[in-house]
Amino acid sequence: MAKIIAERLNFYYGDFRALADISMHIEEYQITALIGPSGCGKSTFLRCLDRMNDTIPGTRVEGKVWLDGQDIYAPGTDVVDLRRRVGMVFQRPNPFPQTVFDNVAFGPRVLGLHKKENLADIVEASLRGAALWDEVKDNLKQDALSLSLGQQQRLCIARAIAVRPEVILMDEPCSALDPIDTLEIEELMRRLKVDYTIVIVTHNMQQAARVSDWTGFFWLGRLVEFAATQDMFTKPTHELTESYITGRAG
Amino acid sequence: MNQPQRFRWAEFTIEALIRVLGFSTIGFVLLIFLFLLREGLPTFFEVPLGNLFGTRWYPTFDLFGTLPLILGSALVTLTAIVIALPLGVATAVFVREVAPGWARELLKPMIEVLAGIPSVVLGFFGMTVIAPLVRQTLGAPTGLTAFTGALILAYMSLPTLISVAEDALDAVPKSYRDAGLAMGATQWQTIWRVVVPAARSGIVTAVMLGLGRAIGETMAVMMVTGNAARLPLTLDSLFRPVRTMTATIAAEMGEVAQGSVHYHALFAIGIILFLMTFLINLAAALTIFQKRRRGGLR
Repeated sequence: MAKIIAERLNFYYGDFRALADISMHIEEYQITALIGPSGCGKSTFLRCLDRMNDTIPGTRVEGKVWLDGQDIYAPGTDVVDLRRRVGMVFQRPNPFPQTVFDNVAFGPRVLGLHKKENLADIVEASLRGAALWDEVKDNLKQDALSLSLGQQQRLCIARAIAVRPEVILMDEPCSALDPIDTLEIEELMRRLKVDYTIVIVTHNMQQAARVSDWTGFFWLGRLVEFAATQDMFTKPTHELTESYITGRAG
Repeated sequence: MNQPQRFRWAEFTIEALIRVLGFSTIGFVLLIFLFLLREGLPTFFEVPLGNLFGTRWYPTFDLFGTLPLILGSALVTLTAIVIALPLGVATAVFVREVAPGWARELLKPMIEVLAGIPSVVLGFFGMTVIAPLVRQTLGAPTGLTAFTGALILAYMSLPTLISVAEDALDAVPKSYRDAGLAMGATQWQTIWRVVVPAARSGIVTAVMLGLGRAIGETMAVMMVTGNAARLPLTLDSLFRPVRTMTATIAAEMGEVAQGSVHYHALFAIGIILFLMTFLINLAAALTIFQKRRRGGLR
């Protein structure tokens, strides 16, 4: 079942058309990878899905994005609630300069979840969900910035799942990490997809092949090909896709 | 052979000159401090400590109690900061986080102009506008009160406070804001719970610098606080005349016999003031240092 449907989505930075007529189905409880060279629009597309592009002045969106059948760009959409339902993990780990506990508790506190349930339970569940609990459980009061980069990124994932989103968007989440941390995050993604719909932007094609169920290939603001990952990497239909995934283009 | 030799000499001379100039700045500060000590330290031998830290400043009768002056300065300065802190931080947040681009471009230079208003002009303003206003609203016998002084001082420390706090907010990486918004926090929640706490040490520094500026301010304070050297320990002290350390020195130095006990006592006040500002600035410097050391992504 499609969780998100983009329909003829166009995006402009001023006069520059960064996305051209993107239509895509994102399946629920699956991992969808977006690949393509730098500047091809894959990150811009990702940020359209939780309207994070709204924070950049001088930009414009045309077309529709349906989340569970609701157009998130319809007038009157509650953007704050949308971003609660669609969480995001960024390229560089960006924990707040606060304690580990406060980082994970940030969302529940802001949304008032802690009034209904025990905050410590939410924090523990989220840290367990992000495979970080065992490493930090003895010192939840430590400064988040004192963790290793890989741990910081898993903390950011814990922070994102603490508000129980339905979708998690990941914008090149491993590009600042070493190979071991990268494998850990990938392992984590496979476990998370049981509960969440995941969309990941990656410049690493092996990562897309290893972790995703569906792959979209972007080139110069267009979605060239979208297919099940297995098909995409074994028998791409477009010549451009084949050139890119075999390393001859991009 | 000769050419490079001459070049090195030029290099050496210039380097030495710069070094001398650089060290001389520190030297001057040191000399000023030594002068202050030379003129002020004798007080501590000439006047018994019980008198010096007594409750009455009345030099004509050899009463040199600095306590009313120290507390007067403290009362005016701290009240000023209590008024200036919320105003300053709110303005900085508005300028940096909320205001549209054109408003920011307009506001920033205007705030800097505020810093350039001579304090005597603010004193005028305080005497003729604020003081009558305070008198009328409170029904007090005089509008020249600690509170009036605090209002003027708050106004004077605002430009420093705002621009330093704004720099601190500016230094908060955009990734923190993005993370807050992406969690489903509103803009206000993101500012209040992420950006301002992340800029906390910078805001503390801003307060310290504002405090340092306020405590040393003389002219405006002398004009609007009424200058009565009474111990401000009662509840209504804030709305009664008070006298600060700076105002005392400025008012009395012109008429004192050089070398007299009174003369030395004024310098002793100067030493106390110097120590207080020094400690405040040191605290500010330490917060900055700590922030640098924690560093991280900043």
